[in-house]
Amino acid sequence: MKYDVIIGCEVHVQLSTKSKAFCTCRNVFGGEPNSRVCPVCLGLPGSLPVPNKEHIRSAIKAGRALGCSIAPLTKFDRKNYMYPDLPKAYQISQYDMPICNNGMLTVFTQEGTRDIRILRIHMEEDTGKNIHADDGSHESYVDYNRSGTPLLEIVSEPDMRSPAEAAAFVMSIHEIMQYLEISDCNMEEGSLRCDANINLWVYEEEKKYATPIVEIKNMNSFKAIQAALEYEVQRQADEWQNHRLTREAAGKSTRGWNEASGKTILQRTKEEEADYRYFPEPDLKPLSISADLIQSIEKTIGELPKEKRERFMHQLGLSETDTIVLTTEKAFADYFEQILTHYPNPKKTANWLLGEVKKYLNAGNISISDFRTTPAHIAELLLLQESGKISGKMAKDVFIKMAATGKAAQEIVSAEGLSQISDRGELEKIVIEVIAANPGSADDYRNGKLQAIKFLMGQVMKASKGKANPQEAEKLLSEKLSS
Amino acid sequence: MSEITRYSLTEIKTLLEKKSLTSEEIVSAYQTAYENDNNADIPLNGYIEFFKDARTRASAEDIKRKNNTHGRLSGLPIAVKDNILITGKKATCGSKILEGFSAPYTATVIRRLEKEGAVFLGRTNMDEFAMGSSCEYSQYGPTRNPVNREYVPGGSSGGSAAVVGAFQAPAALGSDTGGSVRLPASFCGLYGLKPGYGTLSRYGLVAYGSSLDQIGIVAHNPADIALLLSVCAGIDSKDSTSRDFSYSDMFPLTPGNLKGLKVALPVQLNGEGNSDSVRKTAAGFIDWLKQQGADVSEISIPNLSYTVAIYYIIAPAEASSNLARYDGIEYGLRNDNGNLLDMYINTRSEGFGSEVKRRIFIGNYVLSSGYYDAYYKKAQAVRSLLTHEFDNIFTDYDIVLSPTSPTPPFKLGEKLDDPVTMYLQDICTIYANLVGIPAISIPAGMSNDNLPIGMQLAGRQGNENLLLSIAQSWKNRGGAA
Repeated sequence: MKYDVIIGCEVHVQLSTKSKAFCTCRNVFGGEPNSRVCPVCLGLPGSLPVPNKEHIRSAIKAGRALGCSIAPLTKFDRKNYMYPDLPKAYQISQYDMPICNNGMLTVFTQEGTRDIRILRIHMEEDTGKNIHADDGSHESYVDYNRSGTPLLEIVSEPDMRSPAEAAAFVMSIHEIMQYLEISDCNMEEGSLRCDANINLWVYEEEKKYATPIVEIKNMNSFKAIQAALEYEVQRQADEWQNHRLTREAAGKSTRGWNEASGKTILQRTKEEEADYRYFPEPDLKPLSISADLIQSIEKTIGELPKEKRERFMHQLGLSETDTIVLTTEKAFADYFEQILTHYPNPKKTANWLLGEVKKYLNAGNISISDFRTTPAHIAELLLLQESGKISGKMAKDVFIKMAATGKAAQEIVSAEGLSQISDRGELEKIVIEVIAANPGSADDYRNGKLQAIKFLMGQVMKASKGKANPQEAEKLLSEKLSS
Repeated sequence: MSEITRYSLTEIKTLLEKKSLTSEEIVSAYQTAYENDNNADIPLNGYIEFFKDARTRASAEDIKRKNNTHGRLSGLPIAVKDNILITGKKATCGSKILEGFSAPYTATVIRRLEKEGAVFLGRTNMDEFAMGSSCEYSQYGPTRNPVNREYVPGGSSGGSAAVVGAFQAPAALGSDTGGSVRLPASFCGLYGLKPGYGTLSRYGLVAYGSSLDQIGIVAHNPADIALLLSVCAGIDSKDSTSRDFSYSDMFPLTPGNLKGLKVALPVQLNGEGNSDSVRKTAAGFIDWLKQQGADVSEISIPNLSYTVAIYYIIAPAEASSNLARYDGIEYGLRNDNGNLLDMYINTRSEGFGSEVKRRIFIGNYVLSSGYYDAYYKKAQAVRSLLTHEFDNIFTDYDIVLSPTSPTPPFKLGEKLDDPVTMYLQDICTIYANLVGIPAISIPAGMSNDNLPIGMQLAGRQGNENLLLSIAQSWKNRGGAA
């Protein structure tokens, strides 16, 4: 069976604006149920929405970063449907005049690169959350804390040709939103959600058949996106072979990804689709967006992941693997670059960050933004090591103490008397004493048993309480033994 | 009936300032008037609730006045339509579906009045969710016309006009989506202003047709309206459709000089469709305008013939969306037999009256896929044309004149079974809402049956002051109407 996979994505991004989309309630995740609500986001009678400038600015920023044109005139519309988590029984969204149109995002997979067209980006508000009691009471509750959270919906053209490309597309959107610093992009908390439309073009006897389009919901991780779509490709291929249903005959349906069973499950057929009765939101005036505004927002976009990677590889000479790990999270890349302003050695810095620092962060499940050690402190540590004041081993120990206390490297080194003895005079004294105290080993060395120096080095380290600079000490030992 | 209740709002203001009366005395007099009437054979039924705390609030204002810490409206009593929210007070919009709903916040207009010391007397009756022209579609029974209780007071702000007309309040707030302040003012022989769209914040006014709704004011006197408008108009950060406009210098109101005033008389609203007594009243009013030096000319605005049709697409469309939130989940009536869908169906079937249901059906129909272009979109296109036409008219004319209603008040029950006839009641008033301009109804005469007849003046956006000053000249004219 010969077929192409056709996938389009709708990505919902929760924005991290200070306040909600149409009221002044604080916009943060969670909280005591119904603690961050007001007449507007509760949809109380008589309440009115007021647009949030940050919502609009974020949309323009995302649009420009994805190569979209920004509509000079845009408006909000009402999408009408009844559900307990939707307190007004309509969602304020954008229908036929979205704020951003016609963008492009290039994604990279093992299969190569592909340009994915962005059809549109529009602004809308999130719903509340239904909570069903699990105590057997059959009671349901609604938490409206999330109600009115500003969202962007990014809609692609059906340009993806594999589940891997779809996952790469969403990952890339995730990365860009994070770089723009307009969203927390936390998929577990639902601040980035993806639905996908998928069907197959089957080629049989010189003819092309389109299978029914299926919208897949409830994919809560990149892994889930790929797994759900891979499952769906197989399911649609099987369905085609068994029933030969075409898109024209069956229409669109909606299926939900079930992580536990590893299957997609039918939720709605076309007949059950709601008629949203969109119409222009009369409570909000149309918005004119000036070229000046667009320009001023463009200036805040900064370097995007792709540009940063190219610079890291070509200007800083980092490997592709290191570059990717360093740049996946913007905050991490920023941290890296801040170290470089004090300690301009990209390779050593990268080694340290991807080694010790990453290990520490991963072990404690700490995010780089919560990390108490500053980039300047790391730079200081690396400089101490490079100048020979402390050994590599000491540096690792000092780092653990820095990370735990937030103290500076020098502070810990001084307080614990950790600094390495590199002074030639001081080292010479110790070396002479050790040779004098171990004449047997010294003779062994002089008689050609070169390993004997290892024992003598051990004595030097012991005598110096581990502070002797090993390279310097060994050099001095062999000098003294050979003279 | 106590003489005290006969004073106009501005007269009360003067009496309070002179300390000839206390606010508590005044509010008590209104309360007594209300209570006595409520015990009468045919009660007016203008109030759904007379606030028990009105007198205490009045005496609190009396103390503030004594201490010289009082605001501009200190102790002035005002009645409020049942669709404008006051924290802690019930607000039902005359509907069963909002049974037991207490407002958890205060409307901007109320907050501004409250800040200046106004005392709210009670909630006035209305057609359910402001849908109606007779004040008969209320969960709390019909309100009657204070001039003749066999007649309707007009709607939907019938309660507001009736309590002012019956001297149970000196002034009242209403809301006007297609004529709901002006028609009752006309039927009850009062002044009623619908300000331009955005002049008064809609925050806290329960929405019916969001692009048409405006809070309006009914009173005995144009100056009373100017006083209240000067306090509550202007931009509100909570309503992004409100307008940046200062009305603070509106009071005291000076009568207008009508010399050279250019008045347009659209033939579509001033012709055969109007009853004889209305036409006679209109002719008298036009004569007076001319005597004052105004320049009155007939014009034709063909699109005025479509206003009722357009209105009954746009208003129900917006209403169907605005009223979808009454689902029994968060507040108000809940009938939760069965599953979620059953709860929606049961709650809404039980909670809404027939006229509201009719408009929800119409609204959902005109917005549904496949019909949107033919109805809603086309209606909005004609609305844009009309707005454009009025922009042009106002480059040549200052005022557009017509009767407020094609007929004098009708009897209770007369039009209840004929929605289309009821809808046509608003034929003269709807355009001001569609276009978003201010319009006032002026008591201009009486019918052969001794029922009030009103004339409507509409002006440019922002010209509330001109309308009120012309009305004041009329009020001050020599002789009776």
